Amino acid sequence: MPAEGLLAASWLLIALPLAGAAVLLLGGRRTDRWGHLLGTATVVAAFVLAVACTVQLAGLEERSADVELFTFISSGQLDVTAGLLYDPLSAIFALLITGVGSLIHVYSIGYMAHDPARRRFFAYLNLFVAAMLLLVLGNSFVALYVGWEGVGLASYLLIAFWYTRPAAATAAKKAFIMNRVGDVGLAIAIFVMFAQLGTTSYAGVFGSVGTLAGGTITAIGLLLLLGACGKSGQFPLQAWLPDAMEGPTPVSALIHAATMVTAGVYLIARSAPIYDLTPTARAVVLAIGALTLLIGAIAGCAYDDIKKVLAYSTVSQIGYMFLAVGLGPAGYVAGLAHLLAHGFFKAGLFLGAGSVMHAMNDGVDMRRFGALWRKLPVTFGTFGLGYLALIGFPFLSGYFTKDAIIEAALDRDDVWGWVLGGVAVLGAGLTAFYMTRLMLMTFFGRARWEDGVHPHESPSVMTAPMVVLAVGSVFSGALLVSVFPLSGWLEPVFGEPAEAAHVVAPALIGLVVTVVMLLGVLAAWLFVGRREVPVTAPARVSPVTRAARNALYADAVNESLFMRPGQWLTRALVWLDNRGVDGAVNGLAAGLGGTSSRLARTQTGFVRSYALGMLGGAVLVAGALLAVTSG
Amino acid sequence: MSASLYLVAMIVIPAIGAAAVAALPRERGLLAKQVTLGVSLVVLLLAVLATAAFDVDGDRFQLTTSVSWIPDFGAEFALGVDGIALVMLLLIGVLVPLVVTASWHEADAGPRPTRVFFAWLLLLEAMMVGVFVATDVLLFYVFFEAMLVPMYFLIGSFGGPRRQYAAVKFFLYSLVGGLIMLAAVIGLYVVSTSQLGEGTFAFDALRQLDIDPEVQKLLFLGFFVAFAIKAPLVPFHTWLPDSGAEAPIGGAVLLVGVLDKVGTFGFLRYCLPLFPDASRFFAPFVLVLAVVGILYAALLAMGQTDMKRLVSYTSISHFGFIALGIFAFTTEAGTGAVLYMVNHGLATGLLFIVVGMLIGRGGSRQIGDYGGVAAKAPLLAGAFLVAGLASLALPGTNSFVSEFLVLIGSFPERPVFTIVATVGIILAALYILLMYQRTMHGPPRGVLLQQDPAEPLSGTGTGTGTGTGTGGATAASATATATRPAAPGTLRVLDLSRRELAVVAPLIALIIGLGVYPQPLLDLIEPAVSATISDLGGTDR
Repeated sequence: MPAEGLLAASWLLIALPLAGAAVLLLGGRRTDRWGHLLGTATVVAAFVLAVACTVQLAGLEERSADVELFTFISSGQLDVTAGLLYDPLSAIFALLITGVGSLIHVYSIGYMAHDPARRRFFAYLNLFVAAMLLLVLGNSFVALYVGWEGVGLASYLLIAFWYTRPAAATAAKKAFIMNRVGDVGLAIAIFVMFAQLGTTSYAGVFGSVGTLAGGTITAIGLLLLLGACGKSGQFPLQAWLPDAMEGPTPVSALIHAATMVTAGVYLIARSAPIYDLTPTARAVVLAIGALTLLIGAIAGCAYDDIKKVLAYSTVSQIGYMFLAVGLGPAGYVAGLAHLLAHGFFKAGLFLGAGSVMHAMNDGVDMRRFGALWRKLPVTFGTFGLGYLALIGFPFLSGYFTKDAIIEAALDRDDVWGWVLGGVAVLGAGLTAFYMTRLMLMTFFGRARWEDGVHPHESPSVMTAPMVVLAVGSVFSGALLVSVFPLSGWLEPVFGEPAEAAHVVAPALIGLVVTVVMLLGVLAAWLFVGRREVPVTAPARVSPVTRAARNALYADAVNESLFMRPGQWLTRALVWLDNRGVDGAVNGLAAGLGGTSSRLARTQTGFVRSYALGMLGGAVLVAGALLAVTSG
Repeated sequence: MSASLYLVAMIVIPAIGAAAVAALPRERGLLAKQVTLGVSLVVLLLAVLATAAFDVDGDRFQLTTSVSWIPDFGAEFALGVDGIALVMLLLIGVLVPLVVTASWHEADAGPRPTRVFFAWLLLLEAMMVGVFVATDVLLFYVFFEAMLVPMYFLIGSFGGPRRQYAAVKFFLYSLVGGLIMLAAVIGLYVVSTSQLGEGTFAFDALRQLDIDPEVQKLLFLGFFVAFAIKAPLVPFHTWLPDSGAEAPIGGAVLLVGVLDKVGTFGFLRYCLPLFPDASRFFAPFVLVLAVVGILYAALLAMGQTDMKRLVSYTSISHFGFIALGIFAFTTEAGTGAVLYMVNHGLATGLLFIVVGMLIGRGGSRQIGDYGGVAAKAPLLAGAFLVAGLASLALPGTNSFVSEFLVLIGSFPERPVFTIVATVGIILAALYILLMYQRTMHGPPRGVLLQQDPAEPLSGTGTGTGTGTGTGGATAASATATATRPAAPGTLRVLDLSRRELAVVAPLIALIIGLGVYPQPLLDLIEPAVSATISDLGGTDR
């Protein structure tokens, strides 16, 4: 129903940070002194507005509000209205984006304090928040697409923020290109919707998608999934996300952990009415989720760069979310609960990693860390809580949300349910291993610091957001699963939660997962904690370790399948175009009209002959016309 | 002034202006520039007035004027605009003053007088207006050919080192196309004589003819080849990279921004309505050329080392999208294609202008001679990025709307072609971001590097840029610099001057403004496109 009251002004959610970005970019150096404060203020204001809108939404009977803004593109039968849809699903994303976004803006005031381009950083962050809000609040697939590529731009700008470093520039370009591969899928899905249903709005598509043939629905589902894989760093488009860690750490926390990379999960959950009708596409979502979950976890075990480990952890955790939403109605809520909890603990972990880097002169190599718990007590405490939440330590958030996914998988009550559940449990063990390894190498053991490093705790403008996120990491799972159940809030979107007949008792699952998790912790202690950590990575390692260190050769595959053949093709075509096509035409011209090269040399002579040609042509026309009229 | 005289004035005023500028004494270069800018602003005003006088729900052709021209042949000096021609007039009106400003110092250093450059520019503007507003086919042909002359001299007299080769190649290709079209124009006249008893060149009369399908095919090909060379479609394209690379920046902007659009405009105005059966017959072949061109030219763009050649190849790729939209025969795709013609003029115009500003500073067209410019010239880098993003059709920029309309409108009729074309958006991201990264990102290096700390920061960027006019000397120094090791140092590059900002700011504003709110232009374009589709026999769903 049409929005009233504050909800009618929900477009301000997007407009505020967008205005912030515009002021900071156009204002130039004049805004250097207060730019970061303005940038933070717009996002905090958007958060307050999002809270107010959500409260109003909760009071509505239908719990859904439409905001029509203006006609964006109308031609022929295509009619795209720029409009917003504020419903329980977009509301939780708006809260996550503006809430975590506000904390990370505050943190960045401290983190970027000494960067001469801090204003530009806040401008890009504001731009990101605006685009991300458009992505989740838009009321059509076209609006989503605009936001989708908008966050891609913000991500590009922020990964390349320190663009004088070639690695950062290359990583940004790689992220944009791999995302575009996914975007092609999303775009074609939209074309199919228009061709088959004549509309691209959520209401229109979801209302009539049931009339389509099964194959068409599956095609739409798979095309949307391609887009989701690009944005969320899922197989086979996962290779850009770890490289994206070249961006400043607050960017990694906000964009490449808490919000943008979960947009794929949002897309699938939002398209639930489509996926509900296509078990085939859902099965592919499940397979990709399970596969990526393992790829990310395995790679996470082998890296020494603290941010890369966290990045692969993100890849893996989003795999859990894909697995959940791929389960269909049984899994949407579990996947979204994990997404929200992950938003808290992974953002907290990245901010903690940033704090560690701050202390270690921007070093990221965990082999040169160690014994930091005493020097960085707040960072250690908050990071530790995030760590426990992520590995699913009992009664912290990850424990509830991850177990819910495993439960939902097993509830399928078929052989695939056991396979998927088994993969998810195995993943929990691997998660515990790589995160414990990270904790041990960073905070415990002997200090292996490089010369001249004097660790110090970060200022409170940085630690305060970390504390807030740590609190969220501890409690969000319990809150979302039992106190204020997310399933009830999302009922208008996904329907009434079915009373699941549990195949395996939840308590037993909890116990098994906890045991596997503890085994992972124990393994990490045996391999890493018990021994001295060498400051350089051992070169003689097993093939398994080597494969893990290369992230299972994803880059090598991309390079040999696409990059090199592409470069050969380009070179061959350039040669062909210069010699072949052009040469043929030049040769033809030479053969027909004498010598084009002579013409080229004698420019003035050529003009004269052109004038002659014109005259001849005119005579020809006149003659022909005369012949026709008189004849 | 009566509204019907706007179109006449838009031809006559720049033509008179061109004569006046040409007649100025050699040393009054500044006055020549000022007069040119003033005249081009008057044309912009007239284009806006014409748009205001245009009734979207009115007749197909409006603001019409008709004077008997060659009565023996029934040829008339007949002018009029539909929505398609009107948006092209707006594009001309916007681009020419910006090109004049961007080219302010283009002809200062060369051997030829400044006034000559600007006189040719104004004459070109008059001819470009004429070709879009002519509603008499013979008059269209005359403007079509006459338009070549000023462009030929702009390239041949004021271009880069290989300007003569490029100018002659441009001329040869266009001339061949024009002569083939002339044959078809005469053929059309012959048919009209036999059917109507009295020959005519009037578009509206020719549209009513019922031409035998086999004859249609021949006449279609006559027009098509001329337009496919002009637009250019692969494999008729090889003249454009040479012309685009060697032309002075202002010439290059008008060449790919407006002149080449005459080709795609011609498809819509002449090929489809006059030869509907032949258009349907040849559509699959044209679509193959269009889609192959999108991918082929994009791959070639990725392989270029010369920035101006690269931008030229991106245009060939974009012309493939426009041709796809036109020959998909739906209102959505056709409207998108016309909007694409406008948007491409703005986006690629900005890209050429910014690339030209960079070349003006460094004296080299080679991508490899630049690096890390963003750190020293953030405004230039920002303008470059906006132009690039518009070129790769990022949502929020104008090009997204047109590319999206072309693709979504073509998909229901031609799904396979559309899917292949959509892959082109990945390649577009690649060719733009590769060029951007190599020139703007990374550590400072290349021809702009300050080699000798004692060397004063000379005003290379403040507007004394020599452009490519002195290409021979700068190319030599460029290679000399490139062979030196890239020593750590600072770039000697100045950011955009006020004059340069005045050029890029309006284009950026239009790119973003039309990206967010394109509907006013769509409302102008759509009726003319649906009329064209119904001329075609209305396969519209």
